[in-house]
Amino acid sequence: MRHEISILIIGLFVVLSTASVTAGILSMRAPRPLSATLVNLTQRINAWWVMVALMTVAFFFGRYGMTILFALISFAALREFVTLTHSRRSDHWVLLGMFGIVIPFQYWLVWTAWYGLFVIFIPVYCFLLMPAITALHGDTERFLERVSAQQWAIMISVYCVSHVPALLTLNVPGFEGRNLLLIAFLIIVVQGSDVLQYIFGKLFGKHRFSPNVSPSKTWEGLIGGLVASSLLGALLSFITPFSPLQASAVAFVACTMGFLGGLVASAIKRDQGVKDWGHLIEGHGGMLDRTDSLVFAAPIFFHIVRYFWTV
Amino acid sequence: MSKLALRTYTLLQTVTSVGLSAMAWAVTGVRPIWNGSQPSDRQRIYFANHTSHGDFILLSACLSETERAKTHAIAAAEYWGKSRLRRFIAQDMLSSVLISRQWTSEAEHPISIMLSVLEQGHSLIIFPEGTRNTSDELLPFRSGLYNLSMARPDVELIPCWIENMSRVLPKGQFLPVPLLCRVVFGAPVALAPGEERRAFLQRAREALLALDPRPDRDD
Repeated sequence: MRHEISILIIGLFVVLSTASVTAGILSMRAPRPLSATLVNLTQRINAWWVMVALMTVAFFFGRYGMTILFALISFAALREFVTLTHSRRSDHWVLLGMFGIVIPFQYWLVWTAWYGLFVIFIPVYCFLLMPAITALHGDTERFLERVSAQQWAIMISVYCVSHVPALLTLNVPGFEGRNLLLIAFLIIVVQGSDVLQYIFGKLFGKHRFSPNVSPSKTWEGLIGGLVASSLLGALLSFITPFSPLQASAVAFVACTMGFLGGLVASAIKRDQGVKDWGHLIEGHGGMLDRTDSLVFAAPIFFHIVRYFWTV
Repeated sequence: MSKLALRTYTLLQTVTSVGLSAMAWAVTGVRPIWNGSQPSDRQRIYFANHTSHGDFILLSACLSETERAKTHAIAAAEYWGKSRLRRFIAQDMLSSVLISRQWTSEAEHPISIMLSVLEQGHSLIIFPEGTRNTSDELLPFRSGLYNLSMARPDVELIPCWIENMSRVLPKGQFLPVPLLCRVVFGAPVALAPGEERRAFLQRAREALLALDPRPDRDD
């Protein structure tokens, strides 16, 4: 596995260096003051350096690193989601429970590989018990809206995100001890697809995909990004249990889900009247702005691998 | 010689202030939005909306370390002076200044205490609503802001809107829910020549309300 990880790190280093040099040259040649797009591009690339560095560190700590890292990502994402949606004073204990009980318990289930409870804890137990607690408090004002927002918050920020480290619990014959590479594959392909969609959109984007939801998404960006990231998936098949053809198909599905995740996130933001979820990552916005695609891709990717590749 | 001798931070106060600011950031990701004023070492009175014990911590977390060491929150002696522990937390840890609503001598008059802080070149954080607000609307301001401004027109009055703190740590709760918070610092409000008390307080209140980044939301 060490061999594959070295290749990935060198590859990411080359890609990011190329991006930084390109952005530097573009900025040098551009008229002053720099356009907002260029400034944002540089910020985004700088943030990518930091994110890749953090992921790499977490990678070296293996199962510990991944579980803790994604629990923290869930924390940041949940905080952004709950901040943005409506809640009332009487929701205090339910909100506390989401941070203090739901996140630790869900990641403990990931850690102990208790699959049976991992898949139903939030969609069954939290789904039923949280509104019950809210009802017991007796505050019915905008009840359904508050309860739904809480459900969405933990489904998106905790349940979906926790499927990334849960990949470590899958038992793929002939792939034992290398499950970290499944995480690397998923993240590189899905985040790569975001970047590729951005690049294709900026270069060739003409036809808006959904002007009402997200003005920045174009058909050209979508198609270019999906084709390119499917190829990227095939290229990375050497780190997976998949054949090149299978890898590109899995990448295609994951990236399509990722695109839809971005679309849904945009719809929520538009509904709530904000442009970004937060300000955690310079140039990108909040944690959810960066992970919205991963959130939608992770559970589907997890279940594809589980259904077709495990015993 | 005023009875209130302020010193620079003790070790305990420095540790508390750094610790609380770090905690405020970890829980709420607090960031200042300077919308009409800039960070400065000028002597100032920061006035803010008040819904939670966390308000003062959030606001001071937005100030620089040096400013924080010479900025004191004004707190009610009726609450913070009630027990020895509370008094210790308020004065020895948070370096806040206690005032009483039931003052008996001239030296205990809230305004004279606040003025004595200003005389020593320090800044103030005050909550002109006078109490932690549990309603959805900003309460009418008490007249302290006007009296301070009359006595010390040279000190800048900066309105500070503290966002979301009522959801993070509502009155009566002791465990904070981690939600993102911002503190919006507005343009200084100055007393106009001959301006009447009520008109000035109303204007200061509106200046604070105008900073609410999400005025349409009802939470």
